Amino acid sequence: MDETHPRTLSSLPEHSAESPLSVHAMTVAYHRKPVLWDVDYDAPSGALIAIVGPNGAGKSTLIKACLGLVPRASGQVEFWGRPYTQVRSRIGYVPQRESVDWDFPVSALDVVCMGRYRKIGWCRPVGRSHRRAALACMERVGMAEYAHRQISQLSGGQQQRVFLARALAQEADLYFMDEPFAGVDAATETAIVDVLRELKALGKTAIVVHHDLQTVEEYFDELILLNMRVVAAGPVARVFTRENLQKTYGGRLTLLSEAAEAVARVGSQGG
Amino acid sequence: MNGAIIQFDIGADLFPLLAGTFAAMGCGLLGNFLVLRRLSLMGDAISHSVLPGLVIAFLITSTRSPAVMFAGAAAAGIATVVLVELVKNLGRVEPGAAMGVVFSVFFALGVLLIERAAMRHIDLDADCVLHGQLETLVWYDAPDTLSGLLTWSTIDAVPRQVAVLAMMVVLAVMFISVFFKELRIAAFDPALATTLGFNATGMHYLLMVFVAAATVASFEAVGSILVIAMLVCPAATARLLTDRLLAQVVVSGVIAAVSSVGGYLAATSIPAAFGKDAVNAAGSMSVMAGGLLALAIIAAPRHGVISGWVRRRRLACAITVD
Repeated sequence: MDETHPRTLSSLPEHSAESPLSVHAMTVAYHRKPVLWDVDYDAPSGALIAIVGPNGAGKSTLIKACLGLVPRASGQVEFWGRPYTQVRSRIGYVPQRESVDWDFPVSALDVVCMGRYRKIGWCRPVGRSHRRAALACMERVGMAEYAHRQISQLSGGQQQRVFLARALAQEADLYFMDEPFAGVDAATETAIVDVLRELKALGKTAIVVHHDLQTVEEYFDELILLNMRVVAAGPVARVFTRENLQKTYGGRLTLLSEAAEAVARVGSQGG
Repeated sequence: MNGAIIQFDIGADLFPLLAGTFAAMGCGLLGNFLVLRRLSLMGDAISHSVLPGLVIAFLITSTRSPAVMFAGAAAAGIATVVLVELVKNLGRVEPGAAMGVVFSVFFALGVLLIERAAMRHIDLDADCVLHGQLETLVWYDAPDTLSGLLTWSTIDAVPRQVAVLAMMVVLAVMFISVFFKELRIAAFDPALATTLGFNATGMHYLLMVFVAAATVASFEAVGSILVIAMLVCPAATARLLTDRLLAQVVVSGVIAAVSSVGGYLAATSIPAAFGKDAVNAAGSMSVMAGGLLALAIIAAPRHGVISGWVRRRRLACAITVD
């Protein structure tokens, strides 16, 4: 563990201006019960980063705490060496699909336009150029033809792509995505992966909560294994090992089989 | 002949009708954002909590001047909003329970305080809070014809309540048009709104201040029943008729106006046709708003019961044909 995640007093993370995200000694508690404990992580620039861990490991909380949506009990979070409030417009966020009311009276395009709101500013209407930009983002996820549908008339996968298009419309440099692959169809999964690769090609960073151990190696460069603490973090090739997965999922009976399956696969590949 | 069907007397009816319509429109427009955030009960909470605010303001200052009453009621309204948030977060209960607890305690406190006040021979009546006093807005030397209204002296005759309510409608329209985009994102996706720098909690409180102000401005004239009905019914009706927020807001304003004008005329005309006295106008307006909602539930083009039934029949037919 020390190899993948060095932490001694003499080597406190230097918050470099290069790293899109530096988390240092972050602890988060809900009602006195700690959810995240002493998290340290420096994200490399231009990487696709997966956060993986069992249910209740604090994956969503990690993202929300970085974005200031849940209060931190202690620790610091910096983006390119600066606090969040100074770099808001460089950071995109895709919340979990279930976090909003899909019966809300807005069209898919209206939702994607929300990604432009910060660029538009307070109290100004959504202008034509912003609508065009939003529509272009819908094109990129293959949703342009559904732009004028009310959002409840979209399938789950289409709704997820609308969320993705909205994040693209933010034109950020760092993206946080909370379970974008949860319960989506194959076409949507492909669309999301294409967009992730496109973002990487543009030198952007994406941090994605991911639940499917089978696809971690295929989709991502970096991996954070999380179970309240960071069990291991670093390049997928080094971190995605049988031993680390056992440490992350160990003792969780319901998830043990899933983990075992992936571990077996890793093992058979000689990992 | 005309008067036999529709009873309308400028002196007796014009200002009550305007007061009711303005109250309905202001509450109806703001209600959209409560209904969408599933906070419809908040109107109920605020309008009941206003009672102790009024009594306390009176007991402190010993006057019933409108400014003092308004300040007391507004303070109570905002206290309600803050307390609901506190109970919800600290007590870890669902919003509906938090609102229910806060407003019932406030209203009960108001009733107790009124009893204390009554011992000091002070005339405060809890019934007025529920039903309002639309009927008292009589214009004694009103002109007989509509053309007689088009003089400057008409403006001087406008009662304070009507003027306050008209201003409330203007402010509500301005608030919604200026912050339309922000209200939409804060209601739809508070987390994203907050990360983009549009503080969703701040927007929530700003909206609640407007709801509290609209409630307080309205209930003196029209009573809390109409306030609650208008915060919920027009928005819920409009939601069934459209799938876009802007259209919903506009339609809800129209429905609020139609309910109040229709309700008022029904209150004066229908009993008169049977030789009875007019019924409570605010009550009739609320019934009209509820009736329109029922109509929309049954017959709305896309979301109505009938269209849903027709869609299923068509689908069943298509399957049979295949």
